[in-house]
Amino acid sequence: MIRIPCPFCGERDHSEFGYGGDGTIVYPALDAPAEEWVEAIFERENICGVQSETWQHVNGCRMWLLIERNTMTHEIQSVRPAHEGVAKALEESK
Amino acid sequence: MSARRLQSGGLIDRTQTLRFKWDGRDMTGFAGDTLASALLASNERVLARSFKYHRPRGIMSAGVEESGALVTVGTGDRRDPNVRATTQELYGGLVANGQNAWPSVRHDVSAVNGLFGRFFAAGFYYKTFMGIPPFEWGSGTGMWMQYEKIIRRAAGMGEASRAPDPDRYEHGHTHCDVLVVGSGPAGLAAAHTAAEAGLEVLLVEQDCELGGAYLSEPGAVEERQNAIKALNDAGVRIMTRTTAFGLYDYSVAGLLERVTDHLSAPSEHLPRQRFWTVRARYTVVASGALERSIAFGDNDRPGVMTAAAGRTYLNRYGILPGSKVIVATTNDSAYTGAAELCRAGAAVTVLDARRSVDNSVLDLARNAGTGLRLGAAPLRAIGGKGVYSLDLAASDGDGWRADGSENCDLVLVSGGWSPVVNLSSHRGAKPVWDAENACFMPAASDEPLTMAGSAAGIWNTKGCIASGQVAGAHAAKALGKSAPAASAPSAGGWASPIRPVYEVTVPRKKLKSFVDPQHDVTTSDVRLAHREGYVSVEHLKRYTTLGMATDQGKMGNIIGLALMADALGKDIPEVGTTTFRPPYTPISIGALSGSSVGAHFRPLRRTPMHDWNLEQNGTMTEAGLWQRPWYFARAGETITEAYIRETDTVRKTVGLCDVTSLGKIAVQGPDATELLNRVYTNPFAKLAIGKARYGIMLRDDGMVMDDGTTWRLSDTDYFMTTTTAHAAKVMVWLEELLQTRWTDLKVHVTTVSEQWAGCAVAGPKCREVLEACVADKTVMSSEAFPFMGVIETTLKGGMPCRIARISFSGEMAYEAYVPSDYAMPLMEMLWKAAEARDGCLYGTEALGALRIEKGHVTGAELDGRVTIDDAGLGKMASPKKSFIGSAMRSRGDMGREDRPRLVGIFPKNRTQSFNAGSILCAEGKVEGLGEGWITAVTHSPELGHWIGLGFISSGYEPWAGKTVIAADPVRKGNIEVEIVSPHMVDPSGERMHG
Repeated sequence: MIRIPCPFCGERDHSEFGYGGDGTIVYPALDAPAEEWVEAIFERENICGVQSETWQHVNGCRMWLLIERNTMTHEIQSVRPAHEGVAKALEESK
Repeated sequence: MSARRLQSGGLIDRTQTLRFKWDGRDMTGFAGDTLASALLASNERVLARSFKYHRPRGIMSAGVEESGALVTVGTGDRRDPNVRATTQELYGGLVANGQNAWPSVRHDVSAVNGLFGRFFAAGFYYKTFMGIPPFEWGSGTGMWMQYEKIIRRAAGMGEASRAPDPDRYEHGHTHCDVLVVGSGPAGLAAAHTAAEAGLEVLLVEQDCELGGAYLSEPGAVEERQNAIKALNDAGVRIMTRTTAFGLYDYSVAGLLERVTDHLSAPSEHLPRQRFWTVRARYTVVASGALERSIAFGDNDRPGVMTAAAGRTYLNRYGILPGSKVIVATTNDSAYTGAAELCRAGAAVTVLDARRSVDNSVLDLARNAGTGLRLGAAPLRAIGGKGVYSLDLAASDGDGWRADGSENCDLVLVSGGWSPVVNLSSHRGAKPVWDAENACFMPAASDEPLTMAGSAAGIWNTKGCIASGQVAGAHAAKALGKSAPAASAPSAGGWASPIRPVYEVTVPRKKLKSFVDPQHDVTTSDVRLAHREGYVSVEHLKRYTTLGMATDQGKMGNIIGLALMADALGKDIPEVGTTTFRPPYTPISIGALSGSSVGAHFRPLRRTPMHDWNLEQNGTMTEAGLWQRPWYFARAGETITEAYIRETDTVRKTVGLCDVTSLGKIAVQGPDATELLNRVYTNPFAKLAIGKARYGIMLRDDGMVMDDGTTWRLSDTDYFMTTTTAHAAKVMVWLEELLQTRWTDLKVHVTTVSEQWAGCAVAGPKCREVLEACVADKTVMSSEAFPFMGVIETTLKGGMPCRIARISFSGEMAYEAYVPSDYAMPLMEMLWKAAEARDGCLYGTEALGALRIEKGHVTGAELDGRVTIDDAGLGKMASPKKSFIGSAMRSRGDMGREDRPRLVGIFPKNRTQSFNAGSILCAEGKVEGLGEGWITAVTHSPELGHWIGLGFISSGYEPWAGKTVIAADPVRKGNIEVEIVSPHMVDPSGERMHG
């Protein structure tokens, strides 16, 4: 069981979270050509090591988080809110 | 014959006699006994029959590693097979039976299998699939199918009850700073040290008593009691009868607590077992070591057991397990027990495989008066249902030669000790071979995990205590506390080194020597596997099934590895070891499912009008987690009659349907319009306040995700409805977009599914019904409230309500929502008005019929493989704007004209029906994947025959007038159908607009 330190709720079981996907993807503009969308949606790296990914604390605060996780060891290196504005506000509130 | 209970000694309570039944016979034991010790004290020797050969088997150990005494405990629906008699606590009224034998384990007809051993060798199943060796008789004749049934019945373990499990199970969750697994000298010391350092400690022990190895040490009674008292004083949380069966990421451990398995009657208030998930910050594994056997001829005979087991039966259970005992050892550990047995009255001979042994050890034997033979080992046990003699071997160079025999009634064997590295192995730490101690040691872990005591290969009590203190101090330090420094003992601790002996055999003598008794794997099976080319230990394991029985090879794995290494001319570490996986000992399926069984399998959601629906004689059905009304049968009606009447009534007068289960999301904020315009395929930018619009959402990849109506309540406030099935998914999706992709949009989404209860009012008289209910009936006029309009108003009695004039049924209709607390009064008020107009209540069956007639899609059609064009809704995709999925929805094959498209289906012979799930095939080409499929079928009262919806390549136009086959080979057979437009009733939509 991976334990994820949610910045809002504290450390929780991963079963409280929903997995999103690759956190490094910059989604193309809605009117971008299909080729760009194909790349963003289908052409994914299968990283062996530290990977940036999105998770949602579905059964908690429902915040989307950006998490750096080692795919070999499940070690979590960093967690922050995926929304930059929220992340910044959280940082300032500390 | 030989084993008997002593008058004194042991940790049993001789004042409490317990009566139990073994194989139908009345027996007695004492409180503190296990089933095995009680049977041993009664001199029962044959307790089981082996897996393949039906050889008689007796007690081989005194713990979880047991491979022989597997029995069935309990009767009827509480029958539990493959229970290790050595760990089953005795209780009054216990009923146990031998298994895998007929008529009984003592007289088993199938023992004849032993004579055909050569046919049951490694790979038996694989070979007989092709034919019977040696000439592959019957190969390819399908003969296997016949005799497989017989063989399966003959080979096997116990039989589980087929009745539902009457017991309850619970799941528990807990936290601690330090989890200590095992309460032997090392575990007790570790727990104490960590607790004294101010940490919250949880100590778990699989036995019913704390103490581990202390329990078999007659001199350690006080030491053990003091250690336990110190733990209680230090506030350590203790769980006995609890096995840590697995370690997982982040110091999470799985525990199985056996709550009532030792009680005479199931408790009214307690579960049978609890499955615990523990989140520890640090784990100390002091799980001990297991003694292993040696492969020698007929080493599975009843009366051959581990040396440690003999000692435990003597010291813990007060039993003299034999009167003439041979102790065969390769190391120092068996000497203490040999001396104790001798003092208790047995005649004891020690065979030591080593030619020279330190005097301090030999003195133990000499002082007690045991016989002693150095350079000697067991060659073959004699005696079918109980050993009465042992052929001996003498050390001869690197090998052995036969050297006479000796009478005995018990053979205690110590082939060396294997630290229980299972839990650290669960964490991916590959055990390391230690040649000096002839065992696998746990590898160092970079996780907050320490092994202590004999689990770390420390063989004496003092060393184990020190090792436990060091582990406790490690834990304290890792968690920021301080503990007194202790110096770590080194592994080992015997006066003379072990002589690694895995097999004793002499040239030109055929012996049946068991490596894994539970799966009947012998040394010749391992060699056969090697000769047939299996060189990897992983392949060896799978081919011979070595170590794949319920004990996971706790006693035999290392012998198998050593034999394989020998055959390959390699060292053991080069051959490697298999990976241990959870669970350490078997876990009942009941404990895994906990209370999530039957109606509690998943959460149940009821609408706030649930009780009202039941009062109206509604029959409920499951829709995801929801209970929804299925149909409302009137006296004598079947479901088909009921839904046909309901459908007809809606088309002719009016019907009411509970639609509360639809997902409802409040989309609010200055950018709410922009968000909706991006996620829906159709334009939302200009939706007027007080209007609703049907919308379709696509996924990023262009496939349809969900549909529903969204109502504009104000400039910045929308009320979105989703399908019942996708409510949670749509909510997560909107949150993801807002929090990760479009972080500049100022929108808040809130799920309000529980806050609003809804009812559809559908049919030509729907306006009359609502006019009778609203406080001011002018709000219902067609001018004030046109098609797709939305009003927020008040019902009679002051009930707040929001209503939209939208239709799923194809009739003029409204959906009315009230705050959930008003659900019952809403239904009462609406029903009074509807009933007066010959209306009805309708359920999901009629709802389905109405929408199929209209060709409206639901989850059955929108299965994730369908594009908006496939669903016939291409006009809903705006060409003037970009939206989620717009770039992808027509890419490549998704733009092909011959994709399967939504169609309506009529039976060619209008009196026939057909099934959803049928494959649509061209006439004369009923094969392969066909041309399409049927998603939904109903009887249409409007058309007077059965109709369906489905998909077929290129849509309905090219198929017009042709006969198509609805192929349903395993149910109805093939039905001839026609393909029509999906809009089967009122295609122009006149009725809907009212």
